[in-house]
Amino acid sequence: MIDYFKEIISGTWSLFVGMAITIRYFFQPVVTVQYPHETLPMPPRFRGHIDLVKDEESGQSKCIVCGMCQKACPSGCITLAGEKPEGGKGKVLTKYILDFTKCSLCGLCVESCKPEAIAFSRDYNLAGLNRNDYVFDLIKRMEERN
Amino acid sequence: MSLDPEVVRVLAFLVGVIAFAALNAAYLVWLERKEAGHIQRRIGPKEVGPFGLLQPLADGAKLMTKQLIVPDGVDPVLFKIAPIMVMVPAIMSFVTIPFSDTLVARNIDIGLLVIFAFASVNVLGLLLGAWGSRNKYAIISAARVVSQNVAYEIPMLVTVVTLVMITGTMNLHEIVMSQQGGFWNWNILRLNASPLMPISFLIFFVCMLAETNRAPFDMAEAESELIAGAFTEYPGMGFGVFFMGEYANIVIGACLATILFLGGWQCPFGLYPGVHWFLIKIYAIIFTVIWIRWTFPRTTFYSLLNLSWKILIPISFFNLILTSAMLKVF
Repeated sequence: MIDYFKEIISGTWSLFVGMAITIRYFFQPVVTVQYPHETLPMPPRFRGHIDLVKDEESGQSKCIVCGMCQKACPSGCITLAGEKPEGGKGKVLTKYILDFTKCSLCGLCVESCKPEAIAFSRDYNLAGLNRNDYVFDLIKRMEERN
Repeated sequence: MSLDPEVVRVLAFLVGVIAFAALNAAYLVWLERKEAGHIQRRIGPKEVGPFGLLQPLADGAKLMTKQLIVPDGVDPVLFKIAPIMVMVPAIMSFVTIPFSDTLVARNIDIGLLVIFAFASVNVLGLLLGAWGSRNKYAIISAARVVSQNVAYEIPMLVTVVTLVMITGTMNLHEIVMSQQGGFWNWNILRLNASPLMPISFLIFFVCMLAETNRAPFDMAEAESELIAGAFTEYPGMGFGVFFMGEYANIVIGACLATILFLGGWQCPFGLYPGVHWFLIKIYAIIFTVIWIRWTFPRTTFYSLLNLSWKILIPISFFNLILTSAMLKVF
C-alpha cells in the first residue's frame, strides 16, 4: 500500500522534473543554423574536391605536371596534360580535368603532390542538373577564383 | 419585415463559433510547431510570412487542393461521414461555453452535460472512420481509442460530479459565478470543500489529455506503429477536417478546465473580469498541453489503462466520497 502511494508521488514528481527541463530549453536561444540564409565556415581540414593552388609570385599554378596525382588516383578521375614552353625550363600545365562523379574524396592525390599544387577546396554547395556539371576544369576554376 | 433579433443572434454565434473553432485549429498547429521547435532549440516555421504566421493558410490551401480519393473497398458512407462526425460535435460544444459574463451562445442549465454528451460522439466518429476505411492500422487504432476513452471518461466524470456537488449546478455560467472573487475562490483551491481539489484538477487534466488523444496518450495515432491510426486512408481535406476536430477538442478541453477549475473569465485578483482572462487561461492550458506533448514519450497501451483503472479511478472515487462527507459535515 505504501509502495502504491510512493510510486504515484515519485512518478508525478518525475513528470514535473521532465517538464522543468523542457521549459528551460524553450527559453534558451536556438542552436540551429538557418542553412540557405546563413552558413557555417568550413573547418581548415574540411575535405572537399581538389582545387589547384595558385603560386603567389607567378600567378600560375604550382603544378609541375609530374602526373603523380593521376597515378595515385584509385578511381582515375584526374586527367592532366602539360607542354614545354619555348626556351623555358620544366613543363607548364595546360589541362587539368577532375571528374568529380567518380571521386571518392580519398585525398591520395593531395598526399602524392610534391610541390603542393593541389589542395582540398571548401566548396560543398554542389548541385547540378547534369552529370557533366561535375566534370571540373580546375585551371578555369583557379582563374575564376580571383 | 423586420428580422427577429433571435435569428440574428443565432447567426452571429454560429459564424463566431465556427470561425473561432477553425482559426484555433489552424493556429494551434502553428503554435504546436513553434513550441516544439523552441523546446528542441530550433526555430520552427519561419519562411511563410512573418514568424511563419501564414503557414497554416498555406497548409490549408495545400490540403484543399488535394484530390479526395475514396479507396476501393471502403464503406463510402461511413468514410465520408466520419470526419464530419468528429468536427460537428466539437463545434456544437462551443455553443454552451461562456466566454464571459455576457458572451455565450446558449446558456443552458445542463451545459456541462451537453458538452460531455457531444464529447462522446467524437469517439464514435473516429470509430466509424476507422471501420469504414478497411485498413488494419485504422481498426487497431479504433480499438485503442474506444478502450482509452471508456477508461478515461470514468475518472473525468467522477471528478466533474464532485465539482457539481460542490457548486450545486450544471450551468457553466453559474459554476463560474460561484468562483468569483480571487484565485483563492477558484475550485482548484477550494480546500474547504475538499482538500484534494488540486489533485482532482490534475486528474481532470490527465483525463482531458487522454480524451483528446494527445501525447503521451496518443496511442490512437501512434505514427511509429500505426502510420496515422484512424486517419491512415484519409486524403486531403478529409484528414484536414479530422485534424481540425482534434484541435477544436483540445480547445474545448481547455475551456472546460478553465471554467470548472480556474474560474472562467474571473480575474485572479478580482479586478476587471472579462473575456481576456478566459482567453489567457485557455491558451495557458493549451500551451501546457503542447509542452507535455514535447516532453514525454508515448506510453504503452497497458500502462495507459493501468493508470486509469488503478490510480485515477480509485483516487477520484475517494475524492468523491471525501467531498460528499465534508459537504454533509460542514
